Amino acid sequence: MKAFEVAFFVLCALLTFGGGLVTVGSRRPIRSAMGLLTTILGIAGCYLLLSAEFLAAIQLIVYAGAVVILFIFVVMLLGSAATSPPDAGSAIPRYVGAVTFLLSGIGAAALILRATGEGASEAAKVADDFGSIERLGHEIFTSKVVPFELTGALLLVAVVGALAVARGKHVDPTQRRDDSSDRDDTPAGSKEAEEVS
Amino acid sequence: MTIPLNYFLILAAALFATGAVGFLLRRNLLVLLMSIELMLNAVNLTLVTFNRMHGADHNGQILAFFIIAIAAAEAAVGLAIVLAFFRLRNSVRSDEANTLKN
Repeated sequence: MKAFEVAFFVLCALLTFGGGLVTVGSRRPIRSAMGLLTTILGIAGCYLLLSAEFLAAIQLIVYAGAVVILFIFVVMLLGSAATSPPDAGSAIPRYVGAVTFLLSGIGAAALILRATGEGASEAAKVADDFGSIERLGHEIFTSKVVPFELTGALLLVAVVGALAVARGKHVDPTQRRDDSSDRDDTPAGSKEAEEVS
Repeated sequence: MTIPLNYFLILAAALFATGAVGFLLRRNLLVLLMSIELMLNAVNLTLVTFNRMHGADHNGQILAFFIIAIAAAEAAVGLAIVLAFFRLRNSVRSDEANTLKN
């Protein structure tokens, strides 16, 4: 059982970090989306290990089922324009910023390793139903009900806003075009955006 | 619980650093949005890990739940903005967004 848990954690960590590297490093956005999907699967596995079963299910449904699919839709909508050409011009400030963030990440990992000695990172004793749908639902619908309802309002506003932004102004939905040349032709791209949104 | 919980924290820190580096290095708007999603996921993993350390309530998991909802809204609005920007400039490079420059 112990060996199984360790193997599962190593698998999830590799999926998470490798997916993150693919997301950041790949030149094609569709591969980046696949890397993001891998990362999300790994993190769902980590949630399972941390006895957050409900969050693991939510992670799979919302991220893998909705967000990544949305990314893939947009990548396919943009077609070959989604793959940006290699960068020209000065990239030194960006590299300085990236190295700074990388160093701060390594520093954070080192601090975590040093600060959490023996016993500091022990898991608490929890009941068997910790993180289950019943416990989380009870807390959400009793003490956290106001933020929960506000989240519903926020999602509604986000959907309306996304529709309004993606729709554009000068779109005639009665005119349809069958060719999918979306690189040079701006109205074609906007009509496809209209259809998806 | 056989795995020390700080391993999860280190994994989250590494993932956050990866997302931040990608956000600063890349110029493709889609990859920038995906890097933001990576960072949000790393923060969620940290919250759930801390909730496992202090198991009295579910506050960390509920906060992660709200963050997932907000991240979904952010992805929808961000991709809509990318589509509008693509319609305007025929490109998804972030350095094409220079209308207000100069």
